[in-house]
Amino acid sequence: MKVETKEQRFGEPDSDGIDRRGFLKCMAWAGTGALCVIKGGVLNSYGLGRVAGMRSHELQGELSFVQISDSHMGFDKAANPDVIGTLKAAVNKINALPVAPAFILHTGDISHLSKPEEFDTVDQLLKSASTQDVFFVPGEHDVLNDEGKQYLERYGKGSQGSGWYSFDKSGVHFVGLVNVLNLKAGGLGSLGGEQLDWLAKDVQHLSKSTPIVIFAHIPLWSVYPEWGWGTDDSAQALSYLKRFGSVTVLNGHIHQTMQKVEGNITFHTAASTAFPQPKPGEAPSPGPMKVPADKLRTLLGVTDVNYVRGKHSLAVVDANLV
Amino acid sequence: MMKTRTWMFGVAILLAAIAAGPSQSILAATPPANSSPEVAVKEVAVKIDNFSFSPATITVPLGTTVRWTNRDDIPHTVVSDDKTFKSKALDTDEDFTYTFTKPGTYGYFCSIHPKMTAKVVVQ
Repeated sequence: MKVETKEQRFGEPDSDGIDRRGFLKCMAWAGTGALCVIKGGVLNSYGLGRVAGMRSHELQGELSFVQISDSHMGFDKAANPDVIGTLKAAVNKINALPVAPAFILHTGDISHLSKPEEFDTVDQLLKSASTQDVFFVPGEHDVLNDEGKQYLERYGKGSQGSGWYSFDKSGVHFVGLVNVLNLKAGGLGSLGGEQLDWLAKDVQHLSKSTPIVIFAHIPLWSVYPEWGWGTDDSAQALSYLKRFGSVTVLNGHIHQTMQKVEGNITFHTAASTAFPQPKPGEAPSPGPMKVPADKLRTLLGVTDVNYVRGKHSLAVVDANLV
Repeated sequence: MMKTRTWMFGVAILLAAIAAGPSQSILAATPPANSSPEVAVKEVAVKIDNFSFSPATITVPLGTTVRWTNRDDIPHTVVSDDKTFKSKALDTDEDFTYTFTKPGTYGYFCSIHPKMTAKVVVQ
């Protein structure tokens, strides 16, 4: 896959003057977490390292929430022997935000090996966050050996199928999707027909001015199919969202922040709270990337999202854990 | 003296009958020294490393056991396309074996990272 790429620091929101509602392929890799501020349908990005220096009204909207991802509880290899410590740092970062988030989205790979004690540890650590509302979608590491049965028992209350669901907050419609089950040999992430049918029905009665946030573990756009970083039937899902003015897609899985705007849809991936992975194609495989200990927390992070009614995007700000 | 010998001979026949009866699996596990080569159990190793199976294709004789060992820092699985064999998630340094008793081509993949595909050809 060859795409036009663009390095961008999240600390410089939209200063490039790029028309983000036009057809634009813009990816950004940054060693930070993200604050996402939803402003009337168009997404603005701020590096969390910069958030402290910003006036609070710049970050406030009708709704702000935080995305965390890929906590991989139980991972203990050289790339990060202390995933408990870095998840605690992420929670501290959330608790230090100038505006307390309404809730947290966790975009999967909660655990490393789907062990009950790994889920327990994450649940326990998140209890010290400034909000107790946490919405999950599963990563492939959360559904090992049992096709997601344990995940559903723990986190699937009120969900459909293998754990998909939607809810509304402050006029924004949120949809959590599952694309880590029933994967086919040689393929990518998969949503499946049943979930796609549900999604079509779920959004069909919404007015086109309703801001939509879709969150799922594996990216719903082709980040790097060679490494499995994409979802086979995501185009079908996105086709149901074309008529909406503002769609924000939040994913995890690739352990680095990346952003792309295409038409009405802004795609964003969050950093992991556990360990970084290499940029697409820049290593023999997408395995955990070992970096010097003093650099690790600059590559891990949390993402904050803010929505301001009447604007045309959600603002997304990534922050690292330093 | 004569009577004792006859009795011992009888016992020997009885023991031979027991050995030949229900213990086929034991005999198969410890084949006699002159058994043909294709009966001998052979093991072939496949390494899982850098999100790939190596070698990606192996050709083995019938009866071969293949042992997959995960050398990545990330768990992987070994699942045949037709679900003939299916490992649980293998953490670092864990392994999985399967013995091929029917000829054919067995495509397999990692069900967690389905871009990882490989095959075993059994002759």
